[in-house]
Amino acid sequence: MNIIVCIKQVPDTTTKVRVGKDGKHIDPGGVKFIVNTYDDFAVEEAIRLKERFGGEVTVISMGPERVKEALRMCLAMGADKAIQLWDPAFEDSDPYTTALILSKAIQQLPYDIIFCGKQAIDRDTMSVPVYLAELLGLPQATLVVKLEVDPNARKFIAYRDIEGAKEVIEGLLPAVISTQWKLNEPRYPTLPNIMKAKKKELKELNAAALGLDSAQVGEKGSRVKVLSMELPPPRSKGKILKGDPREVCRELVRLLREEAKVI
Amino acid sequence: MTFQLTEEQRMIQMTVREFARKEIEPIAGKWDRESLFPEETISKMAEMGLLGMMVPSEYGGAGLDTVSYSLAMQEIAYACASTSVIMGVNNLVCEPLLKFGTEAQKQKYLVPLAQGKFIGSFALTEPGAGSDAANQKTSALLKDNFYILNGTKMFITSGSHAKVFITTAVTDKAARHHGISAFIVEKGMPGFSIGKIEDKMGLRASDTTELIFENCRVPSENLLGKEGEGFKIMMAALDGGRIGIASQSVGIAQACLDAATRYAKKREAFGQPIAEFQGIRWMIADMATEIEAARLLTLQAALLKDRGLPFTKEASMAKLFASEMVNRVAYKALQIHGGYGYLKDFPVERYYRDARVTTIYEGTSEIQRNVIAKLVLSTED
Amino acid sequence: MSGNIWVIAEQRESELKKVTYELIGEGRRLADEVGSKLEVVLLGKNITHLAESIGFYGADKVFVADHEALEKYTTDGYAKVITNLIKAQQPAIVLFAATTMGRDFAPRVAARVGAGLSVDCIELKLDENKSLLCKRPVYAGKALVWEAILTRPQMASLRPNVFRPARRDESHKAEVEKVPVEFAPGEIRTTVKEIIKGATGKVGLTEASIVVSGGRGLKGPENFYLVENLAEVLGAAVGASRAVVDAGWKEHAYQVGQTGKVVTPNLYIACGISGAIQHLAGMGSSKYIVAINKDPDANIFNVCNYGIVGDVFEILPILTEEFKKLLAES
Repeated sequence: MNIIVCIKQVPDTTTKVRVGKDGKHIDPGGVKFIVNTYDDFAVEEAIRLKERFGGEVTVISMGPERVKEALRMCLAMGADKAIQLWDPAFEDSDPYTTALILSKAIQQLPYDIIFCGKQAIDRDTMSVPVYLAELLGLPQATLVVKLEVDPNARKFIAYRDIEGAKEVIEGLLPAVISTQWKLNEPRYPTLPNIMKAKKKELKELNAAALGLDSAQVGEKGSRVKVLSMELPPPRSKGKILKGDPREVCRELVRLLREEAKVI
Repeated sequence: MTFQLTEEQRMIQMTVREFARKEIEPIAGKWDRESLFPEETISKMAEMGLLGMMVPSEYGGAGLDTVSYSLAMQEIAYACASTSVIMGVNNLVCEPLLKFGTEAQKQKYLVPLAQGKFIGSFALTEPGAGSDAANQKTSALLKDNFYILNGTKMFITSGSHAKVFITTAVTDKAARHHGISAFIVEKGMPGFSIGKIEDKMGLRASDTTELIFENCRVPSENLLGKEGEGFKIMMAALDGGRIGIASQSVGIAQACLDAATRYAKKREAFGQPIAEFQGIRWMIADMATEIEAARLLTLQAALLKDRGLPFTKEASMAKLFASEMVNRVAYKALQIHGGYGYLKDFPVERYYRDARVTTIYEGTSEIQRNVIAKLVLSTED
Repeated sequence: MSGNIWVIAEQRESELKKVTYELIGEGRRLADEVGSKLEVVLLGKNITHLAESIGFYGADKVFVADHEALEKYTTDGYAKVITNLIKAQQPAIVLFAATTMGRDFAPRVAARVGAGLSVDCIELKLDENKSLLCKRPVYAGKALVWEAILTRPQMASLRPNVFRPARRDESHKAEVEKVPVEFAPGEIRTTVKEIIKGATGKVGLTEASIVVSGGRGLKGPENFYLVENLAEVLGAAVGASRAVVDAGWKEHAYQVGQTGKVVTPNLYIACGISGAIQHLAGMGSSKYIVAINKDPDANIFNVCNYGIVGDVFEILPILTEEFKKLLAES
């Protein structure tokens, strides 16, 4: 199988978010970047499919120089090849244009299945996998927690995590699958595989190589634009109750009923 | 000179950090409280290649350098010092097998040890011979293709969980330390038993035991190196081991610093976070500075070893400084926590106990000073 | 171009989801502000009868696509019907629910009609040109952004439990228009084989109006019953901190936080949770937060409305009992 995984490099979950000087992005100072949490499930699932059915896993990411490190991590996990998509013109791409850029790279490759994390933990849109499926003319299964693939019949069955239930859907490959927690347990790269990752192919493609015009991508091509970023208003310090446990519990119950009116 | 890690070394550091913070840190407190050996975690670490990091891949290891090993030890120790000592000792056991073992010994013991199929340990110290290792009493007598071992070893890390022990015993009493030999002893050999399991102040998830040899029959092919080379073999392994303990100390110290800064930023007194008080800020500045100094000394010793240069003095310096440093840092971290630091609810209490042993094992601070002084004074004018 | 405001209703098993009323409420407000009509699109099978009640909530018109193939939600089925309808009717603004359903097909529709789409919005406003601006959380709520939607129609999906639902007024009637629906064989590329219910417990974490969560302060999985008992009395969902999930005490479905569930209940009770940044990201927008923790300096006390400094082992049983008493009285 030819398996493609789209990943994103994002700030670590412990990042303390501060608004940057331009008032639209976070302050990048001191930010530690990681492979997007949900993308780990995508990479793991891809490698498991390869281990089972044979084939090749190609990891693709759009982003500046630093995303190479994220791609190398995926190679260390067991992916075979990596492609970095970058061009200054890609800066500030919205989810639609991001998907457009990814789709152009994918169209240059053979593929049977495409994995994405269900959302990136920075912009949290959950939209890129859907746009990508649309642009490639493929069916999709989002929020997948369990996946069965039959490469001969070219079929998949996906268990989707929806509100309070699991939805089981069936479709034909190729398809775009967005991955959710529980799908698998991503492996840690082994130390020998980290050493091997350096020798694997990591290709770079820019706008021209993807046949994209700078007007189609980045802020220019975007359909949604961030105007400003702000921090949520700090919560004012609440009432702290101390003392006899029975007394404080009674007081809390009273406050929740009479003051907050939530009980 | 700046110390710049290679891309691979950085990836190793990041991977082990993520593993340690996700898989070890959340449960390390429980292991400590209940003295649980982290069996499952050790096998995960084996899969990653952390148990035979510097063993070449043809012998089942990860084929990495000492700098990477130090970085990994720091990360594991940050989360759980007990786990790091199990890891450190296993890595340490691999080295003499690689250097002095016969091909058959390598296949039989080194490969599974490096792969973490079972774990190993050293049996050097005796009730009456710690720093004065040459004064050991355990004897080995060759008889019909077997060495018959008699004696007691003490303070043996992973004693009840390891399968293989590199054990020293006296084969020629008159030759003093040139009469000590090293043996590969397997648990289950006739006459081998595990004695008392020690109740320690710290490192409580790693077991430390006595080993008892009562006419223990060790096949003669399990002699490691030649007769009389035991002391040399052990001392060579210990040099590398000191880099491991220095790394462990740096890891624990970093955990202390992070816990202390987290606490100082949120704890308020006299109307402001205590991190605003100069007394606290200076403590934090000193802690950070000392940790950085120890880290650089440690990585420097590792780098010398990787380049095949003499590193005995530097390894001792790193071990001496880092282990004394972590005790100062743990003291300050606990002090910053105030009364809460004295409670088991906060991990700093565990760090404080775990840190204490670092100036004692793998050569006490006093022994390190002897080593350093000897090498400094022996330099030609 | 009709220039109207649209709401895409969400129903499952012929029952309108609560978020639909929230969409209608917000849609009505926008329609009144621009002086246009509020039109609702309803898809499903045998759902035409729901159209009337949608009118009671303030819609001027309801487009009903009632078809066999729309009985269960599919991406392709919904995307096709809505895309065609948008192309024919040209609304100015289309609102979706930011549910697993809305987030699954809205980008398809947006791509096909060339629309800009802002997702998971928590506030909408119109600028001086009546162009839609959307406020949405990013970094799991650690920051908020205002987004402009540059291409038309303007689309936004709205986070459930945030917008005020429309009120029912039976004197308000909507015009109902049936939408012809036709699918070629194979046009819907996925089939729903099964829907397995109740996989995540009694009350869904993200929908619950009260959540009781436990953290490392509980010391071990065997003590989680303290949290569960309290939750049961309150009819609340049970959550957990990442530390607890990482330690294997609870499965990931319970995790509240940046890489778990983001919850916005009316009341969030954090028991033995220190309040790491990543946890706050998942529950910081709750209306009321109660924290119970032994450590008076725990970060959670900086964000709570009410805090009890005390041992969860002592406090939780008493608190459960007090709630029981109160609820028995009323």
